[in-house]
Amino acid sequence: MRPPSGAAFAVVPVVFVGLFFAWPLVTVLVRGLSPAGLDVLESALTWRVLEFTTVQAVLSTALTLLVGMPAAYVTSRLSFPGRRSVVALLTVPFVLPTVVVGTAFRALLPASWSGTLGAILLAHVFFNLAVVVRVVGGTWRHLDDRYEQAARSLGAAPWTAFRTVTWPLLRPAVLAASALVFLFTFTSFGVVLVLGGPTTTTLEVEIYRRTVALFDLAGAATLCLVQVVAVLLVLLVAGRLQRRLAVTQRLARADVSPHRATSRGDRALLALVVALSVLVTLPLLALVRRSLRVGDRWGLDWWAALGREGTTTRDVAAWESVRVSLEYAVAAVVIAVVVGGLAACAIAYVRRGHDVLDSALTLPLGTSAVTVGFGLLITFSRAPFDLRGSWIIVPIGQALVAIPLVVRTVLPVLRSLDPRLREVAATLGASPARSWRTIDLPVLSRALGVGAGFAAAVSLGEFGATSFLARTTSPTLPVAIGRLMERPGEANVGQAAALSVVLVVVTAAAVLVTERLRTPGTGSL
Amino acid sequence: MTAGLRVEGVRVSLGGTPVLDGVDLEVGPQESVALLGPSGVGKSTLLRVVAGLVEPDAGRVLRDGVDITALPAHERRIGLVFQDAVLFPHRDVAGNVGYGLEVGGASAGERRVEVARLLALVDLDGYGDRDVSTLSGGQAQRVALARALAPRPTLLLLDEPFGALDRELRDRLGGEVRALLRDLGVPALHVTHDPHEAELVADRVVRLVPGPRGARLAGAARRTQ
Repeated sequence: MRPPSGAAFAVVPVVFVGLFFAWPLVTVLVRGLSPAGLDVLESALTWRVLEFTTVQAVLSTALTLLVGMPAAYVTSRLSFPGRRSVVALLTVPFVLPTVVVGTAFRALLPASWSGTLGAILLAHVFFNLAVVVRVVGGTWRHLDDRYEQAARSLGAAPWTAFRTVTWPLLRPAVLAASALVFLFTFTSFGVVLVLGGPTTTTLEVEIYRRTVALFDLAGAATLCLVQVVAVLLVLLVAGRLQRRLAVTQRLARADVSPHRATSRGDRALLALVVALSVLVTLPLLALVRRSLRVGDRWGLDWWAALGREGTTTRDVAAWESVRVSLEYAVAAVVIAVVVGGLAACAIAYVRRGHDVLDSALTLPLGTSAVTVGFGLLITFSRAPFDLRGSWIIVPIGQALVAIPLVVRTVLPVLRSLDPRLREVAATLGASPARSWRTIDLPVLSRALGVGAGFAAAVSLGEFGATSFLARTTSPTLPVAIGRLMERPGEANVGQAAALSVVLVVVTAAAVLVTERLRTPGTGSL
Repeated sequence: MTAGLRVEGVRVSLGGTPVLDGVDLEVGPQESVALLGPSGVGKSTLLRVVAGLVEPDAGRVLRDGVDITALPAHERRIGLVFQDAVLFPHRDVAGNVGYGLEVGGASAGERRVEVARLLALVDLDGYGDRDVSTLSGGQAQRVALARALAPRPTLLLLDEPFGALDRELRDRLGGEVRALLRDLGVPALHVTHDPHEAELVADRVVRLVPGPRGARLAGAARRTQ
């Protein structure tokens, strides 16, 4: 029994990604390979930037795993009062826009930390913790606890049982989470733009600087290519490893019921993770404080300034950016869920070349948002496709950034589906279409709900692509914050902090709505 | 000193719900006892208490007169076979059967010999390098049995081991397992909700019946031999 035809699902994603991603990428390629662009590779600065980008990404990933694994265990396998709050607290940083994370850590850390590797690493761990908690914890929760019980009854001590049974079964999820964290931190833009300094700058920030400050479009294009190649390598290696480690396993029939922390080890981990969930609130509290602190006194001056025209751009009040952000988000979520959902199905169902399709359709993930925005900018700025004046180019750019996340959320779920279920459906008289609707879709819809949440958060907080694409008269919230942070002076930072608080509230509301949608039983979407 | 396994006054509640209400049970050396009771009455919980996977709120578990209530699961040498085998999906058949030997420190050579012997014992010669996902239900259950026997357990716990199999296979496998365990001299505590299966596999049948404060063992244990 064959799964549904992958080709049918592939049409829309391939056309969309081809038009709005591949074509701009080709434009970047042509521009980047020009002699004017290649000059940038002779600069020692470029190589220093690349080295720093890689080193900070490796360190960020290692630290995030170190902190995230205990958190994934505690939140998925232990039952304790306040568990949901702890999960929420640990997950919140990931839906924070990167510009906000940067601004919050500027508000939190002493001035001497400004521009240091330490500040960037802290912010990256803070931001990416949720990836490990979600991806690894999600697998852990479904892992049949009788595997470990069987191991224990065969003479394996708790740690041995973990090492020989639980760990091998978790490894694909850990690898997936690590690959995501590495890619996010390798292509980190908003955080580094706000927190970095002259010697602590990533490829992303350098591309932006060349485009905006130096008007060196060819050099920027070449750096984009370096980025794309590096990311492609990482994706290929991760994909290969993941297939090698994949294990067909039954998921537990229901979520395995968490147990109480009775052992000393469990209690220590629980205490650690609860403390961690308190720590992650500090940057946000610092942000609120900064927005209310005017010189030596408390006041609402920065908040009042948001309503005045001309705070971020001429004739536009900062408040206006709230409406702009929400409108773009709705459009971006619809595009990302439709295209990403179809793409995941296509990758899961094609019999040949699924790794090629996988890499092709999820490339925008590794391709930094900055490259996506930069490519769209230089491609769709002339006839016959001059979309610069059209609002739709912004949600398209944001959706491109969100689609790989939707695919990565949905694909593991589809892949873990026991193929025999479809065979069963077929023997029960279900046509392929019906079997898809009754077997795959129910599993799929829940994953898509999660994907929609990611897409909304991405769109609202998207900074890299949007900063290239947003019209000056209608900036989104992050773009408005970015503009404020670029300017010196207490007033601008205060207003940026206030606007960040607004953005956090809006994003949190969007995510909470999605969380509600995907509550089991009520279905989703 | 009493030889064999002895459970005394075991009381368990899970998440506030009382499950077992002072259960007493004995399994003599080389004896095979069936624990019969309706689904959800707490039979599996009692097995997990014996295995050391669930800590009782009250009561003791003794082996040959020695209190093992506080002994962790991996030091008890009490084997456990689940209803649907629960073979490690990331290991082949030999890797599953040899697991207990591996964590017990046996060398690769010793493991190879022992795994081959155990596979022969359960009529699966030559299945060592098979992927466990390719096994039939009956084969998977035989592998699970071989895996549980490998570390030479002092007692084998079987949690509805044939529940997922068809009647004919269940009867055949049940008879085989009983004969095998008798030959090896391994005592067994066999959980089932099927009286027919209980008769088939056990020397003695005891019943767990629900009560207001958790399940208790019903009186009148019955010898079938």
